[in-house]
Amino acid sequence: MADKSSANAYWAANLRTIGISLVVWFLCSFGLGIILRPALRGIHVGGADLGFWFAQNGSIYVFIVLIFVYAWRMNRLDLEHGVEE
Amino acid sequence: MDQFTLNLIVVGITFALYIGIAIWARAGTTAEFYAAGQGVHPVLNGMATGADWMSAASFISMAGIIALAPAGGYEQSAYLMGWTGGYVLLALLLAPYLRKFGKFTVPEFIGDRFYSGGARLLAVICLIVISVTYVIGQMRGVGVTFSRFLEVSTDTGLYIGAAIVFAYAVLGGMKGITYTQVAQYVVLIIAYTIPAIFISLQLTGAFLPQLGLIGTHTASGVEFLTKLDQVVTELGFRAYTSDSPNMLNMFLFTMSLMIGTAGLPHVIIRFFTVPKVSDARTSAGWALVFIALLYTVAPAVGAMARLNLTTTMWPAAEQGNALDGPAITLAEIDSNPELSWIRTWEKTGLLGMSDLNGDGQIQYFAEPPAVTAANKALAAATAALAAAGPDADRAALLAEVAAATAARDAALAEATIGGVSLAERGWVGNEVTRLDNDMMVLANPEIAALPGWVIALVAAGAVAAALSTAAGLLLAISSAISHDLIKGSINPNISEKGELLAARIAMTFAILVATYLGLNPPGFAAQVVALAFGLAAATIFPALMMGIFSKRINKEGAIAGMLVGLIFTGVYIFLYKGWFFIPGTNMLADIPANYLFGISPLSIGSVGAVLNFAAAFLVSGMTREPPHEVQELVESIRVPRGAGSATGH
Repeated sequence: MADKSSANAYWAANLRTIGISLVVWFLCSFGLGIILRPALRGIHVGGADLGFWFAQNGSIYVFIVLIFVYAWRMNRLDLEHGVEE
Repeated sequence: MDQFTLNLIVVGITFALYIGIAIWARAGTTAEFYAAGQGVHPVLNGMATGADWMSAASFISMAGIIALAPAGGYEQSAYLMGWTGGYVLLALLLAPYLRKFGKFTVPEFIGDRFYSGGARLLAVICLIVISVTYVIGQMRGVGVTFSRFLEVSTDTGLYIGAAIVFAYAVLGGMKGITYTQVAQYVVLIIAYTIPAIFISLQLTGAFLPQLGLIGTHTASGVEFLTKLDQVVTELGFRAYTSDSPNMLNMFLFTMSLMIGTAGLPHVIIRFFTVPKVSDARTSAGWALVFIALLYTVAPAVGAMARLNLTTTMWPAAEQGNALDGPAITLAEIDSNPELSWIRTWEKTGLLGMSDLNGDGQIQYFAEPPAVTAANKALAAATAALAAAGPDADRAALLAEVAAATAARDAALAEATIGGVSLAERGWVGNEVTRLDNDMMVLANPEIAALPGWVIALVAAGAVAAALSTAAGLLLAISSAISHDLIKGSINPNISEKGELLAARIAMTFAILVATYLGLNPPGFAAQVVALAFGLAAATIFPALMMGIFSKRINKEGAIAGMLVGLIFTGVYIFLYKGWFFIPGTNMLADIPANYLFGISPLSIGSVGAVLNFAAAFLVSGMTREPPHEVQELVESIRVPRGAGSATGH
């Protein structure tokens, strides 16, 4: 492991990445799919509305992209902070 | 060749394939078994995780629940989001750190991080409760599958299925499991998507069912979902896309499934053994890609099955309104070979049709609750009259029947479908008297009149889904008992042989319990499984997450948290579902009116998780902080560098 301050910086950057990712995770499922559905009913997606589509399909696509983006970003962070395997 | 023989042949071929692979990829040592993920390409590992993960609940139960949910299919999106969104939490919050920790089981991490044999023991208990509940759901799925394709009752199907699971997991399940699961994934995904593509093409002309769902219904020229909503609401059902009647409950249910996913021991275990920390992150992504192939198709399968079922019962609904034409006739059901599935499914007991008004047709509609109650009262009065002895007061009983008949007639005159009262239509009740969610996916290709080999393929896929998960769970249970409980606490000096024997005895016992409870399951396969997720959400996930993200949570806090989560969630579930799921021991009726704030037992895991976190922080704040070396351990799992390969104790 690198020195203490570098490890702390790495962890802080990691937590920031996790935080942003979790906001996206929450927004696409609980947000668009459940809580905001009534508000977005005007936006039509093939016989239903945007919230319905996010609940049944859209959120899943976002989840996949989210994991790969997170993995890519973390691999870069590992290198930047010299903690890669 | 008849369907029965075809089913046997296709299921037989897939079994031969699994056995062949198991022999070819046989693991020579126990270490090889434990480290099955190492040296396996992340993509293949993702497929294997997918097969392990997608059980009978995902395969046969979920789309049926979405299709037939009384409150509409939208509310059941909780399953779709919950069982996929959990992988985000796994990838971000648990997998890389647990991989860095480098041991084999979840209780091992909890025992080391919270420097306590007690915490490890408690984790073992949580793990067993979660896994056994999960296996009950699988057994229910196994029973349904075998009953259909062997054309026997659900109970007989369950016994046969249990015997196969026993042979599969206890005798040979530990060898070559990853490659077998890859094959099982391929079988189950083909079996799931091929009929979906066929049906999507038939109904909407779209090749991809995901696009068919939001496409246009070819026969009527209306958008597919609009058409579905229109047909089901015409018959008195709630629209497929209608809002959830209880948004709070839907929110909590989704959350419970998500964090439960991230707390399921047999899923987490797969990320312990990937070669590198960075692989743990991408492995979760690949697993989700393969899971999403099924999950994004599932709502289309459910919605399209619902439309096909309805247009089968009401042929006029195909082009226009259901009630423009007559309902399907009994003569047609008995003579049309494309409808033979109705009679075969009736044999399983999962489908029931009865010509209540004797008009030679089967009217399928949403029976208003008042009519149901009046029909029940009438049936009770008639039964009382029939059972009356010679010296009973027949006049009073006859008067009761007359009163009940009058009340029923009044209810029929009051209730309307399509603006016309049931009395005027000459209907006395919904004549599809039983329609089980768990038959929808298996019956789907038959309802759509697809070729016989597709139907056989679906049977094989369902068997693959149920077997791969049941085996994975039984392995998790047996390793918890033999490795964590017996070797870890009771008798550390146990021999390899003794450990293996204990594992097998534990597995056998687990199958027996699950079979017994599977005979009278506390819900549909997916619902039983959802209960297991609630328990995982309230116990394992918070303990793991706090163990990684907080250095301050100590032994006392973690134990208090897990206890509070387990007891609160378990008791809430048992109150409605029966103590330890034994039928008839529930203290409150399992209906929304009885729920605390409308939160169903399926959703309560989220609340349990919050209580777990709260208890852990509170108790840790009042007790001493963890020793220095434990804080160092937390520091070290937070950085990838220095991760060796996983080791046992």
